[in-house]
Amino acid sequence: MTEARMPLWEVFIRSRNGLSHKHVGSLHAADAEMALQAARDVYTRRGEGLSIWVVPSNAITASDPSEKEMLFEPTASKIYRHPTFYEIPDEVGHM
Amino acid sequence: MPTTSITLSETPLVGTVLRRADDALVLGHRLSEWCGHAPMLEEDIALANVALDLIGQARTLYAYAGEIEGSGHDEDALAFLRDSRQYRNLLLVEQPNGDFAETIVRQFLYAAFADPYWRAMTASTDPRLAEIAAKAEKESAYHLRHAAEWLIRLGDGTQESHHRAAGALEALWIYTGELFEVDAMERAVVETGAAVDPASLRATWDATVDAVLGEATLTRPAGLGVQTGGRSGRHTEHLGHLLAEMQSLPRTYPGATW
Repeated sequence: MTEARMPLWEVFIRSRNGLSHKHVGSLHAADAEMALQAARDVYTRRGEGLSIWVVPSNAITASDPSEKEMLFEPTASKIYRHPTFYEIPDEVGHM
Repeated sequence: MPTTSITLSETPLVGTVLRRADDALVLGHRLSEWCGHAPMLEEDIALANVALDLIGQARTLYAYAGEIEGSGHDEDALAFLRDSRQYRNLLLVEQPNGDFAETIVRQFLYAAFADPYWRAMTASTDPRLAEIAAKAEKESAYHLRHAAEWLIRLGDGTQESHHRAAGALEALWIYTGELFEVDAMERAVVETGAAVDPASLRATWDATVDAVLGEATLTRPAGLGVQTGGRSGRHTEHLGHLLAEMQSLPRTYPGATW
């Protein structure tokens, strides 16, 4: 089973209407149709899914872990971006 | 619980239900033999899923057969306390797993029949059978898709996979005629509207088989296979070995639970 014949796919499952697809794992498959079937068989055995996406792993462009200070640390000091200073009236209920 | 085989009063309806239950159990058991041995992890789980669907179908069918038979035999008694001469399954489903191509061809030839069978059975005049069919139909639709997609890729894959798929098709084709066999016993049930005439599904099966084999670049063997006997308990040598393994624990330790 070579990587060329059985490439890696990333699997995303939407568990309920109104929720977004969530990454659940990866698998090997020959093509998109077989990846979809394998995703169904491997990741939705306990009623987890209503919808499946499969994406070739090599189609994903990922951020570089070594750049995390540059990319993510500057936001740490900007607490005003979190809406935690507002008084929410009781009538609004759960937000 | 006795460890010797039970005897049954097989009315036409009991016999017809047992045939479907035995098909599902024997094929389900065969697929379960792949667990931990399939060519890749994804397919190991996929085959186990299909096996569990089939064993689930067998359970509901045995439970119903036991009820209408009326001697108090539950699903375990029907599965574990009948010998091969009392089993009513198709010869096709008891054939050994062989290599992955043989398993896929066997699965495809059966699913191409079982899928339209259960879909038609949802209109059974027997409400319990219609209910069982409604569940089985969704499962068998996926089994057909899964087996067909694999067969297309094996047939239209490498030289080696094509060669193996073609060999499996040649070897298993001899058992295809039995799918459509109807004897006087089953005919009586068909006439009540409780069961579907298997012969009526031939055109649907032909169309599915031709389409998939065409896409798989595999040549369909001529005619239909003629080897039959499973429906009346005359099995190939393979069923006895399968049952010996499947039944040894409940026959050695009657009523064992864990």
